[in-house]
Amino acid sequence: MAEEDAGKARVDVVRAVKDAGLAGLLAFGLFLPLIGFQTVQNIRNEVALQTRFPLLFVFVAIVAGARLIQGLVIAPWRARRAAAPRSPSAGASAFAALFSRWLGPFGLGFVILYPGIVLLLAGFGGAAKWIDNFGIQILIYVMLGWGLNIVVGLAGLLDLGYVAFYAVGAYSYALLAKTFGFSFWILLPLAGMLAAFWGVLLGFPVLRLRGDYLAIVTLAFGEIIRLILINWVPVTNGYAGISGIPRPTFFGLPFNASDQGFTATFGLEFSPVYRIVFLYYLILGLALLTAYVTVRLRRLPVGRAWEALREDEIACRALGINTTNTKLTAFAMGGMFAGFAGSFFAARQGFISPESFTFLESATILSIVILGGMGSQIGVAIAAIAMIGGTEIMRDLDVLKQVFGADFDPTQYRMLLFGSALVLIMIWKPRGLIATREPSAVFRERRTISAELVKEGHG
Amino acid sequence: MSAADASPVLSVEHLTMRFGGLIAVQNLSFTAMRGDITALIGPNGAGKTTVFNCITGFYKPTEGRIAVRHGNSAVWDDLEAMTDRGIRSTRRPDGALFLLERMPDYLVAQQAKVARTFQNIRLFPGMTVFENMLVAQHNPLMIASGFTFLGVFWPQAYGRAEKAAVEKARLWLDKVDLIERADDPAGELPYGAQRRLEIARAMCTDPVLLCLDEPAAGLNPKESADLNALLISIRDEHATSILLIEHDMTVVMEISDHVIVLDYGVKIADGTPDQVRNDASVIAAYLGVADEEVEQAEAEVGLS
Repeated sequence: MAEEDAGKARVDVVRAVKDAGLAGLLAFGLFLPLIGFQTVQNIRNEVALQTRFPLLFVFVAIVAGARLIQGLVIAPWRARRAAAPRSPSAGASAFAALFSRWLGPFGLGFVILYPGIVLLLAGFGGAAKWIDNFGIQILIYVMLGWGLNIVVGLAGLLDLGYVAFYAVGAYSYALLAKTFGFSFWILLPLAGMLAAFWGVLLGFPVLRLRGDYLAIVTLAFGEIIRLILINWVPVTNGYAGISGIPRPTFFGLPFNASDQGFTATFGLEFSPVYRIVFLYYLILGLALLTAYVTVRLRRLPVGRAWEALREDEIACRALGINTTNTKLTAFAMGGMFAGFAGSFFAARQGFISPESFTFLESATILSIVILGGMGSQIGVAIAAIAMIGGTEIMRDLDVLKQVFGADFDPTQYRMLLFGSALVLIMIWKPRGLIATREPSAVFRERRTISAELVKEGHG
Repeated sequence: MSAADASPVLSVEHLTMRFGGLIAVQNLSFTAMRGDITALIGPNGAGKTTVFNCITGFYKPTEGRIAVRHGNSAVWDDLEAMTDRGIRSTRRPDGALFLLERMPDYLVAQQAKVARTFQNIRLFPGMTVFENMLVAQHNPLMIASGFTFLGVFWPQAYGRAEKAAVEKARLWLDKVDLIERADDPAGELPYGAQRRLEIARAMCTDPVLLCLDEPAAGLNPKESADLNALLISIRDEHATSILLIEHDMTVVMEISDHVIVLDYGVKIADGTPDQVRNDASVIAAYLGVADEEVEQAEAEVGLS
């Protein structure tokens, strides 16, 4: 018996090494033209061929090493686990229950205290970057993710053009504020309403479409809005964008160094950090509003009808639910929150241009929703932190320079690393980070519903 | 059942449904009496489900008139007038009449109060049994939630309004013996329980007419007997008439008050279960005919 086991183990090692060698060879063949050679311009403006064999070697070694680890460690481990299937231990599930119970309140407490913590740790000088790049940037995407979650996660309607509503909100605020001088607080609901209106407008033609067709039309809608923004130069100023957008004020007190400014009024020393902290709490409030409204809507008939629509549209109609209105309200609600986020974005940046509203934005928001687990609020928030925070961190990750050499620029490989991380997570958790569904109504006892039963909708 | 109100709840007249060159239902007329269980039977492909889809608004019939009444039978007097005027419903203080072929599917359920189940069960599998029951009460709950606005800003008022819906869900879950599983996802229920849940969910819409598409398909004898008891109690204790498609002849013969037989989209018999059971054309449609009759027919058309 022991002999047999030993024999099997030896065979495994040989096979794993062989596999790794093969993978390395394949990687060498693939990366030789891609990475091994590089064309550069020399001093006389001629194209010259340069070799990058050390970098090529690093790539091949990574591939071969990963294959070796897979063959030697991961595959036997998985085989062992498959041979002895076990239910999750009581301790682990109790921990998971405790974790999901306290994750929400703890996370909320943390995001409320975050600016304070950062100010304590980094001081007034260093805090701006952390609150702005990480706090505000992530919260915008959390809010957009929650908004899109209504359309994709709850109603099951795949929307690839969500950024269009974000753009409508941003341009509504920018144009109305610059032309008529309305304040941020008047224009915020107005921008939301306009974006919701465009949501209904998009909803009408796509009512009868499903799946791929719905996705294509929404994708086209996003592009149409962007092209209008580029080409309607008299209004939108085209590629040049709109600059000098009025900033939001603290109940009428502007955040500047003047005597009427926020800092002067409260007798504080002027610092741009106050404005950033204010913006942070503003977007936090908007994001929490989105979350609250979504949570409430799920428990109301309209939210339940969205989910029922995702599960089975024909059964909905047989029960007397007007599926047209139900779909339109989903598009309108999703669009409204994107409009809020858009007007906040315009007010924060002070400058907007069509460049900010490309398809890549829609794709990012959609991957946040899918990665987080369709329909899950906390999952979407975690995914937004991982995706947006991750890309921000990778911007200045000098550790990678020590691995790949001094001329390695991590920002260039940001999307590659990011994409691989996404693929790995989707293999590990195909239905997103939080794949279980919380029932919207409880008769006696709350039980979560496993993802296998929950439908993904018609598109 | 009651002699005082022996007038139809549903009337189908000259219904024809054509799909391109295929005539699925041809010139079909029948009525379903108030308080009756009416069965629609026939061999496979006879057009039974097509008739159901026409009644519930999922298909627009090529020709024909389908009317459902609420309340007093005197509303039938309005039928011709409303047909001529091109309107889809008339309401009186004591009743109403609806022309289903003019209504979209969701209004058939919402206003004409015709509920249906499906041959291949259509539940909301990722939602709990209880949630399924609440989705069925969407329209009254929508009004109770002030079309969502009140519900968002004043949750307490909506919570009180929801109580009636919860009570109705409890009543029907109790009736179909699913109260213990109310918080389980509907997709996890065994097959027979899913069938019962679909009927209970349809009953949550307070239907005047309940259309059941093969409710006994795939049930074991005990479940089938329970289903019979459930359908009889719906008929006797609620103001709901039942129209059902069924292949299981023991179910049909045991509980139906009135049987209509379809074959190739044409009505071949119409009567009480006993009348239908002894009808020669029904026997021929189900069992075929004797060899000599076939030979006789072939000789007539010159085949042999």
